[in-house]
Amino acid sequence: MPKVLEQSGVVLQKPLDARTYLLRLNAAQIAEQVVPGQFVHIKLTMPGEALLRHPFGVAAVDKTQGTIDIIYRVAGEFTRALAKLTPCDRLSILGPLGRGFDLAAPGRTLLVGGGTGLAPLLFLVSRLGAEKTDVLMGARTKEELFWQKLFRPFVQHIFITTDDGSLGTHGTVMALLPSLLTQGYQRVYVCGPSPMMKAVANACEAQDVACQVSLERYMACGMGACLSCTCQGREKRLKVCTDGPAFWSKEVSEW
Amino acid sequence: MVNSLLAVTIAGLHLKTPLIAASGTFGFGVEFADLVNLNQVGAICVKGLSLTPCAGNKGQRVVSTPSGILNAIGLENPGCTYFLEHILPQLRTYQVPVIVNIYGHSVEEYAAVAQALDVEGIDALEINISCPNVKQGGLAFGTDPHMATSVVQAVKKNTHKPVITKLSPNVTDIVSLARAVEDAGSDALSLINTLLGMKIDVRARKPVLGNIVGGLSGPAIRPVAVRMVYQVAQQVHIPIIGMGGIATAQDALEFMLAGASAIAVGTANLYQPDTLCTLTQDLQDYCAREQISCLQEIVGQALPQGKKSMPYFSRNNYDKK
Ligand SMILES: Cc1cc2nc3c(=O)[nH]c(=O)nc-3n(C[C@H](O)[C@H](O)[C@H](O)COP(=O)(O)O)c2cc1C
Ligand code: FES
Repeated sequence: MPKVLEQSGVVLQKPLDARTYLLRLNAAQIAEQVVPGQFVHIKLTMPGEALLRHPFGVAAVDKTQGTIDIIYRVAGEFTRALAKLTPCDRLSILGPLGRGFDLAAPGRTLLVGGGTGLAPLLFLVSRLGAEKTDVLMGARTKEELFWQKLFRPFVQHIFITTDDGSLGTHGTVMALLPSLLTQGYQRVYVCGPSPMMKAVANACEAQDVACQVSLERYMACGMGACLSCTCQGREKRLKVCTDGPAFWSKEVSEW
Repeated sequence: MVNSLLAVTIAGLHLKTPLIAASGTFGFGVEFADLVNLNQVGAICVKGLSLTPCAGNKGQRVVSTPSGILNAIGLENPGCTYFLEHILPQLRTYQVPVIVNIYGHSVEEYAAVAQALDVEGIDALEINISCPNVKQGGLAFGTDPHMATSVVQAVKKNTHKPVITKLSPNVTDIVSLARAVEDAGSDALSLINTLLGMKIDVRARKPVLGNIVGGLSGPAIRPVAVRMVYQVAQQVHIPIIGMGGIATAQDALEFMLAGASAIAVGTANLYQPDTLCTLTQDLQDYCAREQISCLQEIVGQALPQGKKSMPYFSRNNYDKK
């Protein structure tokens, strides 16, 4: 599956909450090929903007329209610039990059996500069967949980935790996970902050439930060349951009 | 067909174009095969190798800066043996000269790496002397002419291949380093490596990079690199591979006019991975537009009259060995 460079135009920029946006981009070749868990590497093209590309997990694709969606939170210089883009603005996109999630016969499945970690899981869930898939979402407050609407069509149950207790169970996803894991899930996919993924992976290993994680690292090339993104695996050093970003939790030893 | 318009011979290496992929920014070449026709690249300089594998630095390793990037990879690499067994055979399926960038933490280690890599399928060695000498309190080999001399001599003694020495710009007098390295027997020079820099996260009130400091590269360093090539070209007879922020044909020409026989593209590969293709085309177009029949004609044309060194006519001792 060759990676391509596409000159892309903004189709839609839609706020989802005060700091989170959905960006829809024209990228027909990438939309055709990308699989859940893979990412695109985006370059801003205005003078003076950051030189390096930034990676974004694909959140949705529309093959007929030739578009891909990413969902991002404004956090730094790059995402601030991204939020200023309006339809028809141009970007350079490199993709599809990385190894996506393992989709082979997952059985009853629980997705666990926090913050924008839910974005790649949204693409994943659209490819799994709703009748056997549930999602556990962690957020700081209920305001962040616009995600419920996005996941609703694709899942049976939505479990929610908030740090401040404003919705669902009070606490992190770990407040609910151990009891959920006793309910017969055969596969967990987790994406979110590192401490959360580590805790979820450990809980899954303890219950012998196969767990896929999606790691995040600062990346330069995104193609396995520069070694900006490596981490220690249990058997060898891993390049998050090409060996991952989706890994079996048992492959990873440095979170 | 790649024509002789852009061809150049450096230290006995015949390159189809003067465009080289700079070490550390092009992996082992094969990673770029989807986006760059490797058979049309002048040469590929692979990621710096040490004798044994190295895990590199902790924490964040790269960050964008104004017109540049800082990196602190920490020379992570899989080691010589892994490279020879698993990577070189793949790379050898392409018709492109392979330059292996090497480093060590002692003179003996440099010698051992050179020896381990003295095998078929590798076309030249490039010595990264920007590395700390553990026996000399961590001072970089490339900041001291005596230490640089010992490294070059040790490598030369342990290889049959052309040796290119890559200079560090973090010195007060680049010319004395260049001369020392030439006298030690280096067949060519690469300049420049990255400039030491750092960035602080104001909100977190902490350095951004895990290693605190890192190497600055990209367009931000181009004027420094051009100046160094211009100074060195007037004082040495061995050919120079110029690099530092090259992203366009215009940038490449600037280095050639300053006296570089070939140039390397580094950081641009990271943010625009098809740069080498674009540059090849643009240099051909430039030659056509300027009615140049061999791009090498322009090498050193910006140097003061009479100071133009003629690298491979005066000192191409490689073919004689
Ligand atoms: C991520 C990264 C890794 C690098 N790794 C090496 C290396 O292993 N050995 C070396 O001699 N130079 C290394 N360099 C330096 C480049 O080869 C080049 O000399 C420098 O970046 C200046 O050129 P540029 O501005 O075009 O990048 C590295 C540079 C970058 C950005
Ligand atoms: S980002 Fe360059 S190797 Fe992963």
